[in-house]
Amino acid sequence: MFDVKKIRKDFPMITNHPEMIYFDNGATTYKPQCVIDAVKDFYENYTSNVERGDYPTAIKADRTYDQVREIIAELINCEPREVAFFANITAAMNQIAFSLSYDLKEGDTVLISEAEHASNVLPWFRLKQEKKINIRYIPLDKQGNVDLEGYAKCFDDTVKAVSVAYVGNVLGAVQPIREMSEIAHRYDALMIVDAAQAIGHRKVDIKEFDCDLLCFSSHKMCGPDGAGVLYGRYELLKKMKPLLLGGGMNARFADDGSVILKDPPHCFEAGTPNIEGVIGLGTAAKYLMNIGLNEIHEYEVDLRKYFLDKMIRLDNIEIYNPDNISGPLTFNVKGVFAQDAAGYLAANNACVRSGNHCAKILHNVIGTDQSIRASIYFYNTREEVDRFCELVAQIDLENAVNIFI
Amino acid sequence: MSDNSNLLNDPNILRELVLDHYKFPHNHGLIEGKNYLSRHMASDSCIDDITVQLDLDGDTIKDVRFDGIACTISTASTSMMSDLLIGKTIAEAKEIIDEYFKMIDNKAYDETKLQEAVAFKNVYKQANRIKCATIGWSAMKEMLEEGQEDK
Repeated sequence: MFDVKKIRKDFPMITNHPEMIYFDNGATTYKPQCVIDAVKDFYENYTSNVERGDYPTAIKADRTYDQVREIIAELINCEPREVAFFANITAAMNQIAFSLSYDLKEGDTVLISEAEHASNVLPWFRLKQEKKINIRYIPLDKQGNVDLEGYAKCFDDTVKAVSVAYVGNVLGAVQPIREMSEIAHRYDALMIVDAAQAIGHRKVDIKEFDCDLLCFSSHKMCGPDGAGVLYGRYELLKKMKPLLLGGGMNARFADDGSVILKDPPHCFEAGTPNIEGVIGLGTAAKYLMNIGLNEIHEYEVDLRKYFLDKMIRLDNIEIYNPDNISGPLTFNVKGVFAQDAAGYLAANNACVRSGNHCAKILHNVIGTDQSIRASIYFYNTREEVDRFCELVAQIDLENAVNIFI
Repeated sequence: MSDNSNLLNDPNILRELVLDHYKFPHNHGLIEGKNYLSRHMASDSCIDDITVQLDLDGDTIKDVRFDGIACTISTASTSMMSDLLIGKTIAEAKEIIDEYFKMIDNKAYDETKLQEAVAFKNVYKQANRIKCATIGWSAMKEMLEEGQEDK
């Protein structure tokens, strides 16, 4: 039974800041006590490096770190050896683009969309500049949804990879990844998925998606910052060249310059990793699975519907994604610059994101450069939505200016 | 002068000034084809994106123009700056700019030099908006400093 009151008690940020309405979950999420405890436990009771110690605390650190692969494998339905730890999606996407730079040649094409986050755009832009690949944008409707027919038409023999967000970070559009994978695979193109805004909000199932690569960040799913996951089909991981070389990822090297790398996933984890971050990520994944990803998703869909129904009655705002059933509500207050409106909300303890949300080419789709993104999570409540909507209803230019006079 | 400074302590007046400069910014719109110095400010924050232009006649600021995508604070503060600086010498302009930055840093400043721009005296309380209040002023400061170096 999903009990939001009970869940809220798990989050010290909520207990310590009852006045705050935190609707910036698209940027980062609060951490439950169990995650904080797991990180603290590592610091206080078994701080050690991984993969190189012979003493008990090092062995415990090593095991605890490595067991997180099993937890993540359960979370996303893959094998533990297909789980490589990275700092975040940005690091994982750069790894992917780096590996592909050896396979892609001039005239090859990568499909992305205009709704993608910078981390799924700029690594491809570099390949466009340096390798002269083409970037083609998958057609989207006004609320960011991929049109499968239009998507299929993007394909020709030059298309080698598709890279899209499962759930968009500004509009919350949910893409039909399975169907997109199927079409991509018909053309022998790789299917790459950014699961940032989906992980921890709904089930993410590799077997169902049939994708080749998928990445997500820990901080968007109640885990610590600076930890993330790259899932890769194992045969593919074996072919990928690691971006970072160094300790922890090689088996041996000699004075003649010869190097033998470890097998995946270890060959992608050069240098001391964010051990406590990964341990915290494992604890967060278990916490979310205990509550149930389907239950979390249902609660969020219901809360978003309640939120939308209230917001849509306000005549001082324009909402850009009313028809999407999950993800954030993205809007502007008529006649008020997004940051000014967000400033008014901030002065009244409501936390949102304003600006272009790292999706700087999305304005081609929604027709505005700046917007306010209110992104909820399963610990938010109807009462917070009520308070939030009252504040939004009050926003006008004079109020927005008053806060700094 | 004392009457004027009393008016400039009235929050209602200050709010009206900011709103007026935001809705109807002065010296707004860039001049093309002339020999204006120009500074595009877009790298500091991911939101405000403004360009400030400066036309110098010897040692005197003949004209200031600006345009861009910007919030109330950056638009109004840059608009007020343009009013304050047109007709001033470079040395006078630098003094005004220095006083403005002192105010934004919540240090003692000479309000008589800033006139309407004292509307932003409380921006320091909103740390996330300090960039907005200084973006146009920083552009001008950089251009004036570079202009000096050229001589």
